[in-house]
Amino acid sequence: MLESIITYSFFMQVFRMFTPYYLGASAATFSERSGVVNIAIEGFMIISAFSYAAITIATQNPYLGLIGGLIIGILFSLFFSLFTIKLKINQIVIGVGFNLLMAGLAKFLMLLFFHSSSNTPGYPHIPRLPFLKSIPMIGDLTGDSIIIFALLLVFISQTVLFKTRFGLRLRSVGENPEAAETLGIKVRLYKSGGVIICGLLASLGGIWLASNQGSFSDGMVAGRGYIAIAAMIIGKWKPMNIFFACLMFAFFESLEIALQISGSGIPSQFVQMLPYLITILVLIGFVGKTKPPAADGIPY
Amino acid sequence: MKKLLVIAVLLITISISACKKSQEVSQSPADKSKFKVGLVFDVGGRGDKSFNDAAHNGLEKAKKEFGIEYEEIDPGDGADRESALRKLASNPEITMIFGVGFIFTEDITKMAIDFPKKKFACVDYSVNPQTKIPDNLVALEFKEEEGSFLVGVLAALTTKTNTIGFIGGMESSLIRKFEKGFTQGAKFINPDIKVLVTYVSVTGEGFKNPGKAEEIAISQYSKGADIIYHASGLSGIGLFKAAKENKKLAIGVDMDQYKEAEGFVLTSMIKIVDEVIYQTISDYRTGTFKNGIKSLGLKEKGVGFVYDNNNKALILPAHKDKLDEITKKIISGEIKVSAE
Repeated sequence: MLESIITYSFFMQVFRMFTPYYLGASAATFSERSGVVNIAIEGFMIISAFSYAAITIATQNPYLGLIGGLIIGILFSLFFSLFTIKLKINQIVIGVGFNLLMAGLAKFLMLLFFHSSSNTPGYPHIPRLPFLKSIPMIGDLTGDSIIIFALLLVFISQTVLFKTRFGLRLRSVGENPEAAETLGIKVRLYKSGGVIICGLLASLGGIWLASNQGSFSDGMVAGRGYIAIAAMIIGKWKPMNIFFACLMFAFFESLEIALQISGSGIPSQFVQMLPYLITILVLIGFVGKTKPPAADGIPY
Repeated sequence: MKKLLVIAVLLITISISACKKSQEVSQSPADKSKFKVGLVFDVGGRGDKSFNDAAHNGLEKAKKEFGIEYEEIDPGDGADRESALRKLASNPEITMIFGVGFIFTEDITKMAIDFPKKKFACVDYSVNPQTKIPDNLVALEFKEEEGSFLVGVLAALTTKTNTIGFIGGMESSLIRKFEKGFTQGAKFINPDIKVLVTYVSVTGEGFKNPGKAEEIAISQYSKGADIIYHASGLSGIGLFKAAKENKKLAIGVDMDQYKEAEGFVLTSMIKIVDEVIYQTISDYRTGTFKNGIKSLGLKEKGVGFVYDNNNKALILPAHKDKLDEITKKIISGEIKVSAE
């Protein structure tokens, strides 16, 4: 039975499902490492997915959609930093507010522009990479620039966070902003930097979803932003661990589909439950202590 | 104090303008035989290209043919449906009120008791044997299993791999009706056929997750299915995308979904909501309004499948004949389709 489940297409599916999770989780990591809790990953994904859709439909150019979606993501992260860093409003409250705002805004604009409360017309996806897409077997994965980026992001974020001056300072403002400031580090600037990188990466996740789906539909992000945050916590705010946490979520989601199709009799609800069960086990300390950055969530 | 007053005035203006916007009042000369109908939309609201738009078309048709007037309220997601119903019911001009969607079931039952002189109708009413349906309420219930049976028959006739698939949105008794009807139809033609069944989720979120539905469709296609039927609302977009990319067939639901993947939509199982609303208004007008459960199956033309110029090329004439024959048998009761 196992051979009928763990197939080549199963493997591909895991990586496709992994991509938005990992982009969202890395986004949350950069923000939290700088000491700003951003639970609006979902909202960022929604608004940038919609922006990609709207701009691509208007211009028929997916690259403009990509750039536009990222710019919208940055704009919203600037707003987010204004509220959380400059005005020092409770970060959870602002995060909830942003999630509601962005989901509502996307739906409102969809009604306004496309006269539909459910979905937009179709549009082209981001073109596949010319050489990599023709690699046999894995061409579908390697041809997708955002999947490739998500895989490389493991090393990029590991390096940026732990091997560069920027990363050291970013982490220091998340651990002990007072100490960082006495050393002359511009605390708010670094925090804003963390939030903007967060907005960019989360937006990329939303854009990937929109590009791959071929039309924006209401509620299409479907809680992936929240799973990303869970993955970040399981991964203890470390890029490599988060990579495996996201793979785990993607693996179980694919497994659930495969089990349902195979008619194995194992209740799909049970498999669906597993990643969350693991999340709880991690949170109550079964795999060592999970410790967020010391000044995480505290406005400075 | 002044500030408070300003805020209060502002709030009132906003709420009034918000309500105004979603109301559409058709102006036609007052006449004794002409009456006014109220309707409250389901989640998703106008512009959903499905259920709600069909309901609106039904009102439009009644307006054109009978010269009735209507008023619609689109409460949006999670808004208070009960107050929208009450608002319409307490309007002295309105004599008949529709609720579109099973979500209205409880509220409309209460409302019908509160306003015994008005008539109420609920599309997709979910019947609970414990609750008595008031005398002025008609519960419109579709027999989705009959329509699904027919598309199951067609899928079994058309498949070349002897494997077909079903994608459900939320695992629930409502969607099970679609699955069971489909499977029965397929097995009716070929008892050995393989039907792959997958649900997107166990929560309502399963109706809004095209990304996952696409992955499910890809998996089912790779396991040999060449035709997939869905009953998963917006998630179906994912199926149509997978159908286009894999050059396999899909079957739409609720309305004609041919345009979602031209050339790859074998047919769609349709619920004829507009016709049902039009009929109910017509019954009321001629004084034949009857309370209680009104089951809308093939016989009542409440459900059906699409066969038109778009998909003619995909359906063999012999298969069409077979479908017509089975339709007649279901109507006559020779073939019984179970909902469980």
